[in-house]
Amino acid sequence: MNDLRAGGPARPTLLKRIFTTDDRTLGIRYLLLSLVAVFVGTLLSLAMRVQLASPGIRWPLHGPMLPEEYLSLVTMHGTLMVFFVLTTAPQSGFANLVLPQQIGARRMALPWLNALGFWIVALALLVLLSAFLLPAGGPIAGWTSYPPYSAVASAGPGQGGGMDCWLVSIGLFCLGSWFSAVNVLVTVLTERARGMTLGRMPLTVWSWFVSAILILLAFTVLFAALVLLFCDRHLGTAFFVPQGDWISGQVVGHGDGSPLLWLHLFWFFGHPEVYIAILPGMGLVSSLIANFSRRPVVGYRMMAAATVLIGLLGFVVWGHHMFVSGMNPYAGTAFGLTTMAIAVPSTAEVLSWIGTLWGGGLRRATPMLFALGFLSLFIAGGVTGPILALPALDQYLHNTFFVVAHFHLIMAMAGAFSIFAGIYYWFPLMTGRLMSERLGRWHFWLSLIAAYVTFFPMHLEGLAGRPRHYAQVTGSTSSLASLLPMERGVTWAALVLGAAQLLFLFNLVWSARRGRAAGDNPWQATTLEWQPVHAPVTVGRGPYEYHSGSSEEDFTPQWDAASQQE
Amino acid sequence: MILRGAAPLAISLRDWWMPPNAAAHGVAVDRLMRWDVAAMSACFLLANLFLVWLFLRPRRKSSAPSPWRAEFIPLGLLIVLYIVMAATAEHVWARERFEGAVPAALRIEVVGQQFQWYFHYPGIDAAYGQSRPQLISAALGNPIGLDPADRHGKDDIVSSELVLPVNREVDLQLRSLDVIHGLFVPEMRLKQNAVPGASLHVHFTPIREGIYPILCSQVCGSGHARMQAHTRVVSLTVYNAWLATHAKRVGQ
Repeated sequence: MNDLRAGGPARPTLLKRIFTTDDRTLGIRYLLLSLVAVFVGTLLSLAMRVQLASPGIRWPLHGPMLPEEYLSLVTMHGTLMVFFVLTTAPQSGFANLVLPQQIGARRMALPWLNALGFWIVALALLVLLSAFLLPAGGPIAGWTSYPPYSAVASAGPGQGGGMDCWLVSIGLFCLGSWFSAVNVLVTVLTERARGMTLGRMPLTVWSWFVSAILILLAFTVLFAALVLLFCDRHLGTAFFVPQGDWISGQVVGHGDGSPLLWLHLFWFFGHPEVYIAILPGMGLVSSLIANFSRRPVVGYRMMAAATVLIGLLGFVVWGHHMFVSGMNPYAGTAFGLTTMAIAVPSTAEVLSWIGTLWGGGLRRATPMLFALGFLSLFIAGGVTGPILALPALDQYLHNTFFVVAHFHLIMAMAGAFSIFAGIYYWFPLMTGRLMSERLGRWHFWLSLIAAYVTFFPMHLEGLAGRPRHYAQVTGSTSSLASLLPMERGVTWAALVLGAAQLLFLFNLVWSARRGRAAGDNPWQATTLEWQPVHAPVTVGRGPYEYHSGSSEEDFTPQWDAASQQE
Repeated sequence: MILRGAAPLAISLRDWWMPPNAAAHGVAVDRLMRWDVAAMSACFLLANLFLVWLFLRPRRKSSAPSPWRAEFIPLGLLIVLYIVMAATAEHVWARERFEGAVPAALRIEVVGQQFQWYFHYPGIDAAYGQSRPQLISAALGNPIGLDPADRHGKDDIVSSELVLPVNREVDLQLRSLDVIHGLFVPEMRLKQNAVPGASLHVHFTPIREGIYPILCSQVCGSGHARMQAHTRVVSLTVYNAWLATHAKRVGQ
């Protein structure tokens, strides 16, 4: 499709092909890396679900699952999904795949750094997964790794070598993400085609741009926290371990550290991180809803502004993870209010999507189905946001399954649906073929229904007081045992949800070989990645010039040079 | 016949909401939860039903809705809703947490350790005995490391059950010996972390006698899920009797 970047006629050497700096290839590699991570992460979650539905079940070749094994599954599931799937696929995968073309650049600004970033992230994934090979197993402190639990190897099985693997892996991930983010920032700032003003950038580009800024700021703080924790573990410092701390029969606290310091540093990263994960999806869904409704995005400027505003406000809400952590209750009030404030730009985006749909004629292609699924799940997870933002209610709901339901709907499911939408939509750019619509529809409807049946009941469990990180609900107090039937229902739904993804895998493999040839611009899109021949352009119009209802040509692409409107 | 079918449903319906409240501040918390969950459920249903309608309606030539109808008016209404939610909820939070317990409150220290809760009553002298981590030994009957040389500790009671008199405010002082734990008493609408190196206060008034579960809400190790205890809210006479028997046992 585009051979501008293929260099000379000489066939590149094997080494050059492995260590390529071609952004499209890197994008596909990032997506494949996420596919591996999501495959492992999903299997881990299904194992957890089976354990919760039938506590004490004997696993083949293993026997019953120990509580620490369950916790290690939780920790690895969360880490894989948050970092290597939800951060990697939309931000690094899709950006590499289409960002340069969308702004009319020939290629990324810093290709070498970009390639290095990929290899570091790949190494980070290997280091993380290698924790499973250790005799004591993977880390068990959850993806948030609160100290002193994470600072002292004797605090639990897996907190020795497993925890070190986690630290090194996430440290590497920070490094790789920085490189990738610097590259995105520089590319957007310096490589835009003539006429591609900021006000003509597709909303996907706005999202990648804001996410890249968030990565630079947030991952830097996380990296600092990781270094401090590493020093606490191996160099005898005491940033997070308090005086007189007593673990497993020994006094381990000889300094005057504060565990709360970690919470502040971690969540200063952790909250922007969820926006890093979801902003690219939001940008993509804006574009898809415009395209498949054949209407311009309602309030394009407001959408770009809302994206920036969400990014900014994302840095002043971290305390809402800490209402009951021992933080000053006055701070709880302040963080509750900032969190309610961030609901406003998010609501504005949702209303814009609905408004665009309202006035448009809907085309029900698979990418659009997943965009609509994203919208539905984003609302479902979004409505519990303002409830959890209030410290008076969070003091009951904190760390219950209500929270698990909230972030699985708004971040995990909405995020996954936007990734699916992107893959169905941009598949022609990767393979020149379209994915099967019939399989895509089955995949969508099964996933949507199973996602709701899996995650909706978790709200009820949370209201009933079911805490997170419990390997079973039948404890010494009988209060939770009556939730077992609901746990079983959730598990069945999760198994269906997992199985539905096999349709997607099959569709990927089958369509890559036998899918219908896509031709030029199969979705009649306006943004530059669909330009049939990648020639330098001068952009003279906005990214969403759809005018449904008019003659046969109901859109004007950004590469259209005729009748340029200034 | 219908009744027999409905009985198990009713039992499971009870699990679809918070367990019945047993604390004075919980009345306001519950009212807030009912209203806010109802309001946000309504938003969810409205938005999703509208989406379904947009999806199912026949394809047609577009006539764009005015930005006022589609964007500004709904956004304005939702902002008003958010402001009302924030104002009412922050009021409840402030009343509950901005000030400490009344001086007459019953003081009890809660000590978390992997994987057990201990409740440390100061005894007749109303002063906690000093504890030192080097002295901790559950096997020797000193699970929180009370210093035998400190006379304030002579009359202290260390219990694995939180026994409380009904209708008297309780001032819990939380600490942890090892890692962060989370004290969660669903019926008391109460959750507060116990953080090593810190001493955190939280106060509430139980208003209903009964036995209620205490859970750990912050992952703390392989025994996290079984780090459970009970709080027993009793009448003042039963409480005094319990205090008398336990104090004597310590004194012997």
